[in-house]
Amino acid sequence: MLYALKISTRYLTASKAQTFLLVFGVAVGVFIFIFMSALIGGLAEFILSRTAGDLSHVTIEAEARDPDLLLHDAKGIVMLVREKDSSREARLTSTDAFLPVIERLDGVTAVSQQITGGGVLRRGAQTAQVSVTGVEPSKVSAIIDLASYLVEGSVELGAGKILIGKRLAQDMNLRLGQSVRLLADTGIDQSLVVTGIYEIGSGGPDRRQAYVSLATARTLYAMPQGISKIEIKLTDLYAADATARRIEAITGLPATSWTENAAQLLDALEAQAQTGLMLKSFALITIVIGVASALLLSTYRRRPEIGIMRAMGAPRSFVVFVFVMQGAMIGLAGGLFGAGVGYAVLLAFPSRDAFQPGNLPIDIAQGAYGVAILLTVVSATLAAILPARAASRVDPVTAIGQ
Amino acid sequence: MSEVLVDVRDLWKTFGEGEAETRVLRGLALTLARGEMSALLGPSGSGKSTLLTILGTLMQPTSGSHWMLGEDLARASDKDLTDFRNLHIGFVFQFHNLLPDFSALENVIFPTAVREGRETAAARARGRDLLVRMGLADRIHFPSTSLSGGQKQRVAVARALMNRPELVLADEPTGNLDRASANQVMDLIGEINRDEGTTFLISTHDEKIAARCRRQILVGDGQVTG
Ligand SMILES: Nc1ncnc2c1ncn2[C@@H]1O[C@H](COP(=O)(O)OP(=O)(O)OP(=O)(O)O)[C@@H](O)[C@H]1O
Ligand SMILES: [Mg+2]
Repeated sequence: MLYALKISTRYLTASKAQTFLLVFGVAVGVFIFIFMSALIGGLAEFILSRTAGDLSHVTIEAEARDPDLLLHDAKGIVMLVREKDSSREARLTSTDAFLPVIERLDGVTAVSQQITGGGVLRRGAQTAQVSVTGVEPSKVSAIIDLASYLVEGSVELGAGKILIGKRLAQDMNLRLGQSVRLLADTGIDQSLVVTGIYEIGSGGPDRRQAYVSLATARTLYAMPQGISKIEIKLTDLYAADATARRIEAITGLPATSWTENAAQLLDALEAQAQTGLMLKSFALITIVIGVASALLLSTYRRRPEIGIMRAMGAPRSFVVFVFVMQGAMIGLAGGLFGAGVGYAVLLAFPSRDAFQPGNLPIDIAQGAYGVAILLTVVSATLAAILPARAASRVDPVTAIGQ
Repeated sequence: MSEVLVDVRDLWKTFGEGEAETRVLRGLALTLARGEMSALLGPSGSGKSTLLTILGTLMQPTSGSHWMLGEDLARASDKDLTDFRNLHIGFVFQFHNLLPDFSALENVIFPTAVREGRETAAARARGRDLLVRMGLADRIHFPSTSLSGGQKQRVAVARALMNRPELVLADEPTGNLDRASANQVMDLIGEINRDEGTTFLISTHDEKIAARCRRQILVGDGQVTG
């Protein structure tokens, strides 16, 4: 109704200061909404990329089975001591045929075959326990983006080369180009040259991990055939469970999703999202209360006018419309204003690529501007219904007689 | 005998309950003929305003019949009454007459605009004519709040006439005006009544105003006494 719209607009422009304050209040709510969306969204993505980003999303790994004990016909008391033996790795022997199939699955971006094992690095009197991962030279950065963490040398692997973490290099006083002996827990040892040093930033991989080529690992771990595990990277982190099930169904190999070992992380992200949702709800509730109380006050102040309009033959629905439209317009103005300011403020934060630790990991793309504006208009309109109904019930006789 | 416009019979209006019960109208009967210009007189508290609001369909009587233009208004729904008074009844009140955030012209065309859903050029033209006729040619676009008391009442008269109603009810329209302004408003009402045959019922305490009406209706004890 065009005419009711005209009257709503006139009412809003008639008391400019009050309308501005109201719009400003709504805009603050919208700003909080958008800021929380961008922060929670950015934080979740940041945490995921910092954790799951460097994880294998789906891992195919043979279950390590302990051999049966050969203790038939034992008489008397048998005391058994079984030594923990990290060299006895389970092997995957029949994977070659499946690799192309897995590579062609939807959402799979990289497939990396690996041989893993334990060992000791030795240089002069210095020794250090390490986990050794043998990877195909072309897949060095496929799962963990080692290239991006490189601080010295190169990530190219080949015969006689080893990549180690920065902490390990410091601990052992190792520099680029120096050679080091790697004694695998199979008893086989080999002399290797440090050709790359990386720093991921977390203690484990930087201090206890070493990368060699798959061929080198075959020698060290006496595995001319087979591999220890296959790590698979996906485009969508959250597709890991489904993809793992598909791989199991197709290949019959035991595939596990990263989420199976990340329940705590996922719980934390969920809790974080819930907190964000709660704060956003509070922002909306504030908008509703603000708009409702301001309009209720306005209907009270305008009782005589409402009485005159009703006496002149304005239907109740007309009065309802006049006040509901005021709510909608306040919502729209506050929504646009808040979203505009929100966007401008978020622009001032560094983008995800230029992100520095210590800053808020805000993702401007996750501001949910449209949703914020829409929800605000809807909330403000709903908030106006109560005052509008009160206005439509004004008794013209008492209102005019005042 | 001229055509009957309004006919009320055995009209009762009671306010409150128990000890606080006030019987304001007690079986009041009244007919208004088309084209009549009447003054409604009576002491303060005698029920003049109450009668006008009932005749204006702003309030329902406790009991009794109320007919106008062949419609049984005592039995009509709120929606029908709203529609009815928009088309057939104009009001001029003593206070709180105009919408403060609107110009004189916007106030005058309200009854038509609210019916048509927008302000048409035809409505504006009629509103302008009415304001010119009320001697307010130079106040057409004035904000209503910056008009004098007399000017406000003349704008209110123009607005009451906007939808060409059969009946205009005025509750002490000149109660707040000085003699000159009151006379001016009454001159205009008389002119409209003569030229267009609009029926007027005007409550007043002012004998001089009452004397300008052809008929005087006296209310007392909740009934028409003369
Ligand atoms: N809503 C109401 N509730 C209770 N009593 C009411 C109400 N409206 C009017 N009255 C009472 O009805 C009686 C008549 O009031 P009304 O306003 O009709 O008188 P009036 O003749 O217009 O008086 P005045 O000349 O002072 O304007 C008064 O005693 C008043 O107190
Ligand atoms: Mg009165």
